[in-house]
Amino acid sequence: MLKKPRRQEIQEINSSSMSDIAFLLLVFFLVTTTISMDKGISLILPSEGNELEVNRKNISSILVNDKGKVLMDDSPTKISQIKTKASKRISSNPNIIFSITTHKNTNYDDYILVLDQLKQANASKISIANPPSF
Amino acid sequence: MKLTRKNKQKSEISTSSLPDIIFMLLIFFMVTTVMREFEGLDIVLPRAEKIEKLESKRHTVHMWITKDGLISVNDRIVDIKNLGNVMANKIVQDPKITVSLKSDNKSRMQLITEVHTQLRNAQALKLNYSTLTKTNN
Repeated sequence: MLKKPRRQEIQEINSSSMSDIAFLLLVFFLVTTTISMDKGISLILPSEGNELEVNRKNISSILVNDKGKVLMDDSPTKISQIKTKASKRISSNPNIIFSITTHKNTNYDDYILVLDQLKQANASKISIANPPSF
Repeated sequence: MKLTRKNKQKSEISTSSLPDIIFMLLIFFMVTTVMREFEGLDIVLPRAEKIEKLESKRHTVHMWITKDGLISVNDRIVDIKNLGNVMANKIVQDPKITVSLKSDNKSRMQLITEVHTQLRNAQALKLNYSTLTKTNN
């Protein structure tokens, strides 16, 4: 006797909640994503033992003291004015090197501000002198 | 006379492709998400205007300096005297590394200069002072 073939029920995983799961994951990744904030002022340090003698004419000295006061080319300068002064120096002498000297108690903040000003003036040759030991 | 209501046709946006769209977004975010690698130290970054992006994340060494003089390289506390050795090891492993220096804005330059010296000794010359973008302008 032949058995009647039973109507096969198609087994399917209910996929109606798939979008909910996907949404949940999506929200998780949206929340955890942090756009990387690695931005800053780039600088290339000179390699060790590579000190060069530079003509005094090509150097613009910038001294920053521990109170954030700046002496640029032997005249007191506000930090916000370094940019214009530096671009003037660059236009008159493209080979100029800006030498930043800091006091050992100078705030890092002030140093970054000065460096930022020089970068804004598109100064490419920046030298960081060691603070003189007092 | 009663008006017989016409069979209103239901106009709905088909939502059958919604999961596909969501999955696409999901995959996008999964691919772009980079979990934060390092905890870092508690610092307040300085602000600057003319800033550049770091070239690549892979060739970066993260260095934190607090205002108390604590130095951490890739989440390991390093003594200032050992910094040169630690950095020299990193340079040997990957000569293309850039040091991303995240220093507190109240650090003293004495320490920063010492770090410069150590980095120069280790030939880790590419430096990036990590800053925030200045907003008030």
